[in-house]
Amino acid sequence: MSNLLSLTTFIPLVAAIILALLARGDGEASQNNVKYLALAATGFTFLASLMLLSGFQPNDTGFQFVEERSWLLGMQYKMGVDGISLLFVLLTTFTMPLVVAASWNVTHRLKEYMIAFLVLESLMIGVFCALDLVLFYMFFEACLIPMFLIIGIWGGKERIYASFKFFLYTFLGSVLMLVAMVAMFADAGTTDMVVLLSHYFGSETLSIAGFHIIGGAQTLMWLAFFASFAVKMPMWPVHTWLPDAHVQAPTAGSVVLAAILLKMGGYGFLRFSLPMFPVASDLLAPLVFWMSAIAIVYTSLVALAQQDMKKLIAYSSVAHMGYVTMGIFAANQQGIDGAIFQMLSHGFISGALFLCVGVIYDRMHTRDIDAYGGLVNRMPSYALIFMFFTMANVGLPGTSGFVGEFLTLMGIFQVNTWVALFATSGVILSAGYALWLYRRVVLGDLIKESLKSITDMAPREKMIFAPLVAMTLILGVYPALILDIIGPSVAALVETYHSNVAAHGIVSSAASTASH
Amino acid sequence: MIASDFTTVLPEVLLSLYAMLALVVFVYTGKDRHAVLSIWLTSGVFLLLALVLAMGTPTGTAAFDGMFMDDSFARFCKIVILLSAALILVMGQNYAAKHDMLKFEYPLLVALSVVGMMVMVSAGSLLALYMGLELQSLALYVIAAFRRDSARSTEAGLKYFVLGALSSGLLLYGTSLVYGFAGTVEFSGIMAATSDGDISIGLLLGLVFVIAGMGFKVSAAPFHMWAPDVYEGAPTPVTAFFATAPKMAAMGLFARVVHDAFGGVTADWQQIVAVLSVFSMFLGAVAAIGQKDIKRLMAYSSIAHMGFALMGLTAGTVFGVQAMLIYMAIYISMNIGMFALILSMEKDGRPVSDIASLSMLSKYQPLRALCVVFIMFSMAGVPPMVGFFGKFYVLRAAYEAGLTWLAIAGVVASVIGAYYYIRIVYFMYFGADSEPLDTQTPRRLTLILVVSTALITVGAAFSLFGIEPLAQLAAESIAN
Repeated sequence: MSNLLSLTTFIPLVAAIILALLARGDGEASQNNVKYLALAATGFTFLASLMLLSGFQPNDTGFQFVEERSWLLGMQYKMGVDGISLLFVLLTTFTMPLVVAASWNVTHRLKEYMIAFLVLESLMIGVFCALDLVLFYMFFEACLIPMFLIIGIWGGKERIYASFKFFLYTFLGSVLMLVAMVAMFADAGTTDMVVLLSHYFGSETLSIAGFHIIGGAQTLMWLAFFASFAVKMPMWPVHTWLPDAHVQAPTAGSVVLAAILLKMGGYGFLRFSLPMFPVASDLLAPLVFWMSAIAIVYTSLVALAQQDMKKLIAYSSVAHMGYVTMGIFAANQQGIDGAIFQMLSHGFISGALFLCVGVIYDRMHTRDIDAYGGLVNRMPSYALIFMFFTMANVGLPGTSGFVGEFLTLMGIFQVNTWVALFATSGVILSAGYALWLYRRVVLGDLIKESLKSITDMAPREKMIFAPLVAMTLILGVYPALILDIIGPSVAALVETYHSNVAAHGIVSSAASTASH
Repeated sequence: MIASDFTTVLPEVLLSLYAMLALVVFVYTGKDRHAVLSIWLTSGVFLLLALVLAMGTPTGTAAFDGMFMDDSFARFCKIVILLSAALILVMGQNYAAKHDMLKFEYPLLVALSVVGMMVMVSAGSLLALYMGLELQSLALYVIAAFRRDSARSTEAGLKYFVLGALSSGLLLYGTSLVYGFAGTVEFSGIMAATSDGDISIGLLLGLVFVIAGMGFKVSAAPFHMWAPDVYEGAPTPVTAFFATAPKMAAMGLFARVVHDAFGGVTADWQQIVAVLSVFSMFLGAVAAIGQKDIKRLMAYSSIAHMGFALMGLTAGTVFGVQAMLIYMAIYISMNIGMFALILSMEKDGRPVSDIASLSMLSKYQPLRALCVVFIMFSMAGVPPMVGFFGKFYVLRAAYEAGLTWLAIAGVVASVIGAYYYIRIVYFMYFGADSEPLDTQTPRRLTLILVVSTALITVGAAFSLFGIEPLAQLAAESIAN
């Protein structure tokens, strides 16, 4: 099928439109219809994406399943996936059915809720498939709308502050990217990303108002893209919207945010910053390294001090994303492999952790760590699952968390030992906050009166965790499953990157002349 | 010669004849009993003229010794003006019926102002421009004060009149300077006088005054002060009209003057227009944040949008004009949708316009609330709504003209502006419960709201309904 990619992208949207037009009434029956339709749509999308996976040729490093149609302003509707983007599509389609299933108890404005999530799924898949600059921007930006509504309508007490902060923060980041995109369009004369990937943007030193800008246009464009992706990622110090958004979002919203939306930043670095602006990436990589190292250490320490479970996990997400940015800009096979692996594995693990919080939040309606303790006595299976994902979050060998952290650290070690040293200390700190959280919530004696009647997980809840547990384990034991798919594309990316840096680079070429 | 001149201005002649004839006929037959007929008839005439203009090809001739141009640019602007005026008239009928505004003169005054606008966008000399502008403005002063018994409406009319007269004075003074230093008021003559790329200091002064006068008409900061008060005070159907057709006419006029007359000295007016653009974008974005009245908010929003449209114009290129035209068409379609909501905002049969009264609209009128969400995100420039494409066009025009700083300023302003747009979403969806608005809304307004929202939302998928090549054609006809 030549338009399998569009099909995958737009099934959820079509389902959302059907829901909007046809679903009527607030009775239990109609609510069930809504839920089952949403589940079916996300399920079909997952199946369609599996077909993508089965038809994908890992050794072909170009784009596959490409579709192209002309559009306004010399832009085009162009979709396609390569080894880097394919697995993000799968992560999205894999997560969404679980998200829908986890929302089974939602009753407030259920129809709108499901529509928002279905629209969001379409847009997220679109981000990873778009091969046109403006099309990418459209999907990327449009994600803000449903997420803004999800936080604002179904969120917690401070939801309005959180939703505004989320929207304006990310919007400011991405409009700067828009200006850079306009500049790229003007420079290359096209918005086709396949052409742009092989286009060379000028890196001669520019002088603007007396400031000498080393790396020229590339540096400026890189910084504009960085503004967008760093906020999305989020990197220290522009991460402050994330804890607010996570805490206030409903459980399903937190899962989507952590598992998929954050990955758009990493994907953006891989798709735009690194291959399109190699000289600037080379020039500014140390900045990213140190920002990542600070993020890892600082946010881990902040996580230690949290009273709110979701906030703690949110800060741990920021720390884990630090490994990703570090790995990407290490720009070697291990680093980038590890970064992609870390993003995927973090999608499963942090999604699962937010679901874990959701399980007890549904029962007790509080996320305060002090309100819990000794849950193991009444909730043995919950304790087991929570422990599994806590360990995965820490990066225990045998879980996917370990592979990602190890590979990124290996990648960065070859480039900058000091950063690697700081980043590795984050592994210890993460053990600190994660295990301490687990001890305070699950272990100990059950002394709180309110918890005496808490019930263990229902079969539906266990079903949601089963695929996540499976993926975390399988990938932890057999990472080649992912590395084989991304490997060739990453190798090609690394090769072109280094040849570009060798030809035009400022830092590396200077260093190599010095050493001769 | 004269005969062919009159053929060129036939649409304008017909429309003025219609307005005068209808005025006489209605006075002698039924007066206000025919108000509804007058509305529909006028809208019908607008639509018919738009159709005629769209079907025919522009002759490209300059009638009356270059006073009046009939080119693609003029046609594009006229069609947008006529269509939006027709829609706005029909939209206002229910409001007028309820609030004692159902007078047969109202549509005819609108028709006369539309004649003025059509002359404005066709002007080939500063005198024709001035005549068109005054015809438009006089009719607008009257309809701003149309509710004679309302203190706010008359206040709005008076404010508009005083400041409008001031701006006309500036414009006229500029015109006289231009005439003095260029020896002509014809655009082609001015063009010839500045063809060597040099502009005498007197001519430059004239240009500054002319631009200031036009700045008033497009309500660009710092000449915007009248807009919020007039928008708030005027009856809502009139406000809706102010926010649409006259803006198109004024921007068309602006483009004509800077390109047709001063196209040889782009660098000289570029800096002035750039400053107007930046001021408008930021003032519109910042000042709207504290507004409690939705009509006032729309005034500031339109100031910000005019800033963006001016950004396209600042580029001084064909693409810049094209971007401006597309931006204006998109701006008008969004405003029509938004005013379809504002016109129906009532509590216990009385019109309200405070934003807080929209609280939890999503609960009582989910469809309309959803439509407004789309319009708001479109105005904020979030894709995939067409508002984003408008911004994309003008940003590209500015960037390609080497005005990167302006583009960056524009996107920053758009983020600030996004705050008050999403604040409306906040009221409708997250806000506290309050006394709901009346749910009985005219079906017509809901229909227009839904249709315009649908167009805004899916426009991108349909290549903006083919407006791009039309705007390009229009832009090429003046900016060469």
